[in-house]
Amino acid sequence: MDVIVSQLFTGASTGAVLLLVALGLALTFGQMGVINMAHGEFLMAGAYTAYLTQQVVSNSDVSLLIALPLGFLVAGLLGLLLELAVISRMYHRPLDTLLVTFGVGLILQQLARDVFGAQPKAVASPGWLHGQIDILGYGYPVTRLFIVAIATGCLVATAAVLKYTALGRRIRATVQNRDLAETVGVSTRATDRITFFLGSGLAGIAGVALTLVTATVSNLGTSYIVPAFLVVVAGGIGQIKGSVIAALTLGIVGAFLTYYTSGSLATVLTFVLVVAFLQIRPQGLFTVRTRSLA
Amino acid sequence: MCAVKVLPRRVAAVASVVLLGVSATACGGAKAGEEASASDAKSCVDTSGDTVKIGFLNSLSGAMSISEKTVSDSLGLAAEQINADGGVLGKQLEIVQEDGASEPTIFAEKAEKLIQSDCVAAVFGGWTSSSRVAMRPVVKSLNSLLFYPVQYEGLEADRNIFYTGATTNQQIIPALDFLKNEKKIDSIFLAGSDYVFPRTANKIIKQYAAANGIEVLGEEYQTLDKGEWGTAVDKIVETQPDVVFNTINGDSNVAFLEEYDAKGLSAKTIPIVSVSIAEEEAAAIDVDLTGQMTSWNYYQTVESPDNAEFVKAFKGKYGEDRVTSDPMEAAYTSLWLWKGMVEKADSFDVDDVIEASDGVSFDSPEGKVVVNGDNHHIAKTTLIGEVQPNKLIKTIWSSDGPIEPDPFLEGYDWWDPNGA
Repeated sequence: MDVIVSQLFTGASTGAVLLLVALGLALTFGQMGVINMAHGEFLMAGAYTAYLTQQVVSNSDVSLLIALPLGFLVAGLLGLLLELAVISRMYHRPLDTLLVTFGVGLILQQLARDVFGAQPKAVASPGWLHGQIDILGYGYPVTRLFIVAIATGCLVATAAVLKYTALGRRIRATVQNRDLAETVGVSTRATDRITFFLGSGLAGIAGVALTLVTATVSNLGTSYIVPAFLVVVAGGIGQIKGSVIAALTLGIVGAFLTYYTSGSLATVLTFVLVVAFLQIRPQGLFTVRTRSLA
Repeated sequence: MCAVKVLPRRVAAVASVVLLGVSATACGGAKAGEEASASDAKSCVDTSGDTVKIGFLNSLSGAMSISEKTVSDSLGLAAEQINADGGVLGKQLEIVQEDGASEPTIFAEKAEKLIQSDCVAAVFGGWTSSSRVAMRPVVKSLNSLLFYPVQYEGLEADRNIFYTGATTNQQIIPALDFLKNEKKIDSIFLAGSDYVFPRTANKIIKQYAAANGIEVLGEEYQTLDKGEWGTAVDKIVETQPDVVFNTINGDSNVAFLEEYDAKGLSAKTIPIVSVSIAEEEAAAIDVDLTGQMTSWNYYQTVESPDNAEFVKAFKGKYGEDRVTSDPMEAAYTSLWLWKGMVEKADSFDVDDVIEASDGVSFDSPEGKVVVNGDNHHIAKTTLIGEVQPNKLIKTIWSSDGPIEPDPFLEGYDWWDPNGA
């Protein structure tokens, strides 16, 4: 089998997972500048929603599809709660936010461990996701294609909301210049809340999708939170398209590095590459151009 | 009692400097401060009454808690049975349970507390290699006893530790013998988590393969917390080995096996032998594992009167829905072996117990086990199992009786500890 083709596809799969995980973060961190370390736990909340949905709707062919919107809702509401209770009180203290949300993340993890136990929960994948599709001689797993589809769907929806809706315009206005947005009558507080709800909800969808490829456990989020931040930082704060390119690049470069070196070394090299890249372009791939002096 | 000891700490520190010469004479043989308690440790165990204290040290919180809680439960069962049976040397066991909190440093602290403050006669517990390594200097310096119940990477034999789980020549090497002689494999692929156990196991496998004409087609690692196995599985598809030897630990197994299944591989195409997947893990993986193999020394399905009794007693005490696993059985066995050693020595004294340990045996749920006094491991039978559709594991092959423990692999001429 052609190594180039197989690693391009495997890398694209990883990239799609990364993008899905980072998309919500691109909203909350990228757009709002909130360093939410509990974002990973919203992934976990989504994954456990998938598990709980399956306990009620035992037909695995449909339970995952039901879980997708439910996961969005559960994680979104958790995010809203966190925003109202904690983050809204410290919008201008990024370091405090980092520490507090890290603590919240730990609490949520232990809570999940107490409720669900530390052993992973089995979430059955739908029958229609079994098997592979042959593309250019490479047997592409259908589960991975499905994740690519979900990631694309979320991406298109997020971009559409930002670009074409009144809410999207308010979000962009708030990001570009908070004070000016307020003077023209935009309620930036309400906008913040809704953005946080959307961003956290996207993490919930990602969590549901992750049950297809990884274990549903309380510390599910910890393995994804750092790569997700990496994607948003490398892609450029406030730019969704930057995140897309960064996620795919990291996925594909990671796959080739893993192929030619080893899994652990590839992780290190990926980090080195990102750090080197940020030395050259500290602002990331793309930046928001504003006329503000700040 | 030495007067210096009851003074407040800061005063005592000054006083001990000033009164160094005086205190040495005033306190007689006892030395000041911590050294005093260290040298007292041996006699600290109170055997004058009707009871004797022992310590259980397991993670009851944190990431390892679900695994280690089961070990604590089976130790509790053993203690209850021993007490009902008349205790050890006629003394009832009094249990002091501590929480290692899944942190090696806490294991070390709690081990010290159990030995020095609670004055336990022996400590039972630990799971991860890092927890054992953290407790090792503590039990050594305080000259106490640790019973460690989990299979591990070998290459260790400490005077103050008894290892009741398998070492590599009781789990890894028999599995390789099975693959070579029964499955007639010519090639193998290694996949593991990136830490000491899989690295050591794979080193052994590679040297075994080189000596037995088996081709190693690949060796892939991922860090414990990372679940990205896409490229590794691509390589397995590409190289088409006869078998995959899986030393992946923890949740990462789920990601690996999901990827394996998604790329169309199964026990029918390329079988896997796993050494860290037991009954509980298998149940949590939503992939058809039927026919995949494991190597352990105990399964719940082992057919023997001793095991039937053990499983029945365990379910009776903790609930019908509970399963029993290899480390639980090894922990249960460890307490009975300690009882055997103490009664053979006719003393709770650590040195006497170690002296008497050689040859102590117990008819455990896995079969008869015997303590090796030289390396403090126990002779165990290896069982190759096959995962059933109901996720329980059935024995398909077992070694010819218990295998003598050989943690340093001295009996294997192909083994070179300094080799690649």
